[in-house]
Parts: sequence; structure tokens; C-alpha cells
Amino acid sequence: MKKKMLRALTVLFGLSLVMSGCAKRAEPVGTTAESGGAVSTVGPDSGTKLTFWTFADIHARFYAEMLEQWNREHPDKQLQITFTVYPYTDMHNKMTMAIQTGQGAPDLCDIEISLYPNYLKGNVALFEMNRYVNPYLSEVVRARLDVYGKDGKYYGIPTHVGATVMYYNTRLLESAGIDYKTIRTWDDFAAAGRKLRDATGGKAMMTAVDTGGTDWMWLAMAEHGEDYTDVNGRAVIKQPSIVKMLTLQKQWLDEGIAMISPGDHLDNENGYQAVGSDMIAAFPKAMWYMSRFLDHFPEDKGVWAIAPCPVFTPGQPRSVGIGGTGTVVSLQSKAPDLAAEYLCWTKLSYTGNVKIWEVLGFDTVNTSIWSDPKITTDTSNKYIAYFKSNPFDTLNAIKNEIGIIKVGEINPAINEQFNTNILVGVLQDGEDIRMALDNAQSEIDLEQ
Amino acid sequence: MKKNGVTGFLYSWKVAPYVFVLPFILSFSIFWLYPLVSAFRMSMQNILPGNVTFIGLENFSRLFRDRTFYTAIGNSFLYMALTIVLLIPFPLFFAVLLDSHYVKAKGPIKAMLYLPALTSVVVSGIIFRLGFSEMAGSAANHVIAFFGHAPIRWLSMKGTTFFALLLICCWRWTGVNMLYFISGLNSISPELYEAAEIDGVSKAQKLFYITIPMLKPTITYVVTISIYGGLAMFLESYMLMNNNGGPRNIALTIVGYLYRRGIERNQLGYGNAVGIVLLLIALTINTIQLATSGTLKQNRSST
Repeated sequence: MKKKMLRALTVLFGLSLVMSGCAKRAEPVGTTAESGGAVSTVGPDSGTKLTFWTFADIHARFYAEMLEQWNREHPDKQLQITFTVYPYTDMHNKMTMAIQTGQGAPDLCDIEISLYPNYLKGNVALFEMNRYVNPYLSEVVRARLDVYGKDGKYYGIPTHVGATVMYYNTRLLESAGIDYKTIRTWDDFAAAGRKLRDATGGKAMMTAVDTGGTDWMWLAMAEHGEDYTDVNGRAVIKQPSIVKMLTLQKQWLDEGIAMISPGDHLDNENGYQAVGSDMIAAFPKAMWYMSRFLDHFPEDKGVWAIAPCPVFTPGQPRSVGIGGTGTVVSLQSKAPDLAAEYLCWTKLSYTGNVKIWEVLGFDTVNTSIWSDPKITTDTSNKYIAYFKSNPFDTLNAIKNEIGIIKVGEINPAINEQFNTNILVGVLQDGEDIRMALDNAQSEIDLEQ
Repeated sequence: MKKNGVTGFLYSWKVAPYVFVLPFILSFSIFWLYPLVSAFRMSMQNILPGNVTFIGLENFSRLFRDRTFYTAIGNSFLYMALTIVLLIPFPLFFAVLLDSHYVKAKGPIKAMLYLPALTSVVVSGIIFRLGFSEMAGSAANHVIAFFGHAPIRWLSMKGTTFFALLLICCWRWTGVNMLYFISGLNSISPELYEAAEIDGVSKAQKLFYITIPMLKPTITYVVTISIYGGLAMFLESYMLMNNNGGPRNIALTIVGYLYRRGIERNQLGYGNAVGIVLLLIALTINTIQLATSGTLKQNRSST
């Protein structure tokens, strides 16, 4: 007891030290809009100067590598790009203001899909890139381009398909005598969960359900072929698939085979801690989550396997495209054509997509990569080497089953309702599922 | 008198006063009047890049049907009320203590209590967020573990979230309010206490019949700024929750909602309508408070 008190006091004392230390510097950590992000400039001084905002360090690294290659291959179109990495929310808010006020926008900017519709409102202030997209159109998943377009005009270039797959912790599952390959439906999944719970004395959970993210809902909708917005962009959120998924998740929580994701979803520090410490055995996430494993638990090589997601009834499609970044060229740019040409080459060409796979570990929009044995069987690749199953096996198996949920102007409002009200209400506070959805629907209706 | 253009102009009795107040007039109009007027104008518009339309009072009529907005108002009011309840009596008590001869080393104690006010809200917000993390290893969970309680998800329940918010507030502002009260105490004439002592009053009577009544102007001032500060709180909540409002909007404030609509959702017109309502609320409360405390009357009689 005394020891614990001592530890708490030490922690508090440490905190006060940290705080007084910060007071002297009086410099805010990189979360305010005013603080500068990480800046790096790549390319020769003689090249055309462009600016590029992004919210992910690893994206900037990829663009920089591609820029060096671009400059080697295009001696007549030399570029010097200054990359600035801002925190996610701040970058989007800055970009909104820059577009609203008509000044201060960078030449190129990464915009995350869930906020993307905000930038297509009114007179679109983004550069139309059809001319530069067309040469690649036959090689890429066109649906991913459409997501970032409006009225047949392409304003944003996608980075990946974002196919959702199931990540299984085989070390944990095998210790309970479970073979992840036999899990085909959510019933199998729950049965495995009960077996795991009994084998570990309730210490390890089968999965973690999110109160701050809609991945599970998207998966459920895609498996049923539903969507919470109709062709006219009107939102109707009480979809049977969503009710089913929430009912299922509540059951799991009651049975003690699932927990609520620490940090509300698994793509943050608290979530990584849960994934890395054998607290949960499986969860669905898009392919881009692979890089999180290599960044956060490099020592767990060979532990995690990738497989198609379980379904409600056999025969349903087993995946959905989640997340994504549309990179745009601003109309405020002084060299929009050059910026667009570089961008499309970087993100849509075969060379660029090989790099996207190698650096970022994304399921590329140029699907010729998926079936190129030089790439899919290259065991020196860090992603193929890390996972117990080859990611491309799963990817090719679900190739024609990757559902698409539309993202339109009402989606930010839908997300707000799910992430602040519905999921916490139902999963944490035990609210009635149908009532929670109805309440949220009436809020959304105010905006449509 | 020789009439030289510029100097004649500057030395003129009629013009000089205007020259002197010009900086104020300018800063007032540019940084206060213009934003205020344009906020009123924008609150009646639907604003999209390159496409602004006048929509009359539609933003307001939608706002009054918006339940999230009422949640935000409720949170801001609760926060304001609780900060006033906590940040008047305690700093006053500390000020009286520090003004008495019971406390030694007054300088260092004042400095220590004041120090948090100098920290950045961003930094302290992040530190408090780590301290109140839901993981078993966080400082707050260590403290309750000492009392035999299981770890709790501090920042996903309203009560505990407000506890954390108020803790930040008290930690930051106790020292500042205390300094206001100390300077108020110093301006009370010692003769009053002497006269009272001759009449043989007790210590408690001195406190309640001399100190507190004489501190009334200071208390009025502190209450006024606390009302505004409480209603305008945003950054503390934003940093503590690491998002704007937290689950179920338990920590969403009026300014947070303004930010969410105006910036995050790119609905500047709607955001401005929220701002106008906040302005009206703050004005109303402050006017009522100043009127009931007699400050408005006092000013009129003294001029």
C-alpha cells in the first residue's frame, strides 16, 4: 500500500517538474494551429518551388523519395518541394481557412477522406486533374478516383484501396487452441472468443469494439450491401446491418469476450498498447494498419496473421474500403499543371505504386502490383516478412469483394453522431440501439 | 501666431485630442467593431468558398432546434457556475491567510501559487490528459488504486471529466485571483481595523464586517471576469479531451461548438450565429450581475 502511494506521489511530483519545465519554454507542443510542423525541403534550388502539406510523417517520406526519382527522370521539369507535416486536425483546419480566405494554401495538400467533402462545397477551389489522370485510368481502381471527384472531374488522387482485413494474434489464439483459418462467420468468431476467454481466465479478449470510429459499421454495411447514404446523398442511418452489428457487439461485451477499445479506437497510443500487449486477439482494420505493427511492435514478427473478415452469413462480401487520403492541387498554386503531373505520376504510375507498397505498405490503387509475383513473393519486403500470412493472398482472395461506402457532404455529420453519441451511448452506457439511432437521425436531419 | 501647416494642425486645441485618441479609435474599430459587425452579417449568411448567400435568420432558427447546442450551453454554464463557486472563496481565504501574520515565507508561497498561470494551456492540457488517462498506469488511476478502487475511464464520464477540467482551472487561476484579493486587502485602510479593535470586535467580525464588505469592488471584478472566462472556455477542454467535446459531448463548450461548426465543419455562417448567441448570453448575465451588485449605479453617481 505504502509503495503504491509513494509511486503515485512520484508520478505527481514528476508531472509538476515537467510542467514547470515547460512553463519556462512557454512554447506550445505541435498541436496548436500556430506552431510550425516538421518542415523539410527536397530538390534543387533551381527547380520550380512548390509547397506540400500533409498530416503523416510517413507520407512526406514517401513523396520525398518519389521526388528525388522524378527529378532524376525529368531533367527539364525539376522541382523543389517544401514538405510540412502538421497534426491531423490542425492541417485540415488550416487548409479550410486558406481556401475560405483565398490565400495561404499550399500547392499540394493531403486531405483525409472523412473531411474531404468539406472541400468540395461551393465553388471548388481545387485544380481539376483529368488531363494528368487519364493516362493511368486503365490501370487503377476507378472507384477510388471517383470518391475524390465531383461531376466527372478528378480533384484528388488516392493513395490506396484501404481494403479491410482481419488481423489475428496467432500466438494468443494458438495458446487457446484456436486456428484463425477456421473462423468464417461472426458466430465462429464469437465461439472462438468464448474459448479464448475460458482458456485465459478472462484475461485476453477476442476483440475490441470502437466507440470513436465507424470501421465496424462500414464493414457490416458492406457485407450486407447497404449504405447509410442513398444516391441523392440523404442519410438514413438506421440500416439493418448497423443494428445487427451493434447488437452483436453488445452481446460480446456482455459475454466478456470483447472490450471497448482503449482510446476509443485502435489507431492511437492507447490502442497500440492494447494491441501490443496480448490484450486482444483480433480486430478488423484496413491494410494501411500494417505499418502500425512495424512501427510499434517490430519484435512481434511472425505473430500476426492477415485473413478475410468474418461475415454474418456465408457468401457475403468480406471487405470494405476504409480510409484514404486524396491529395489535391490548390487553385492558388502558381504551377498547378506541374504539381498535378508530378502528383499523378507519384501516386498512380506503376513505379509510384511499387514505392507506395514498399514504403507505406498500402494496398495500391494500381492493382497490377497485386498480381506481380516479383512483388508478392518478395520475402525481403518488410511487410511480407513481418506477417505470418502473405498479405497479398488475402488481398487477391477478396479482390472482388471490397465494398464501397459513399462519402458525401452529409458524412461529416454522420461521423459526428456515431463517434460522439451513438457508439458510446450503446456500447458504453447501455442505451437502446434503435433509440440511439433515431435520436442521432433527428440531429442529422437538421442538416439535410 | 504664424500658421505653419503641420505644427499648426498638431498644436490646434480642437485637433490634438483626436490625434491622441486615434490609436484607440483605430484599434477599437479594426479589432473590435469591424469583427462584431461582420459577425452579425455573417451569421445571416450561408458561406461557401466563392459562394455567399443571404439567408436571413435561418441559421438561428436551426440553432434553436439544435440539441448539441443546448448541450454546449449547459456545459458552459455548469463550468462557469462551478468555477465561480470554487474560485472566489478559496483564493479569498488564501489571500486573507497570506495577509495575516500566521503564514511565513509569503513571497515563495505567492510565487508558487501564481506559477501555473504562466504555463501554456496546451502543455498543461496534455499533461493533465496523460494524468487522467484511462490506462491503469495513469496518475489519477494510481491515486484511486491507493483507495482500493479499480481504474476508471476518467475522460469518458461527465462527472470525472468536469473534475479534471475544474482541477486545471483551479490549478491555473487560484494564484491569479488570490493576487487580486491581496491587492484589494492592501487598499483597506488599517484605521478601520484599529477603530474596530478599540470597540472590541472579534476576528471573525473583522473578517465579515470589514474585510469582505471593503473587498466588494474586487469581488465584483473577479466575478465579472470569471463569468466571461467560464463561458468562453474552450482550449482547456480541447486539450484535455484531445478532441472537441469528447464522447457524448460531455466537455463541449459554446466556443467549442462555434469552432466545430465554423472551422471543423466549414459552416462559417452557422458558427457566427453561435458566436452571436454567446455574446448575447454573456452580455445579459454580466449586465444582471453588475446591476444587482450596484456597480452600474456607483459608476453613474461618481461621474
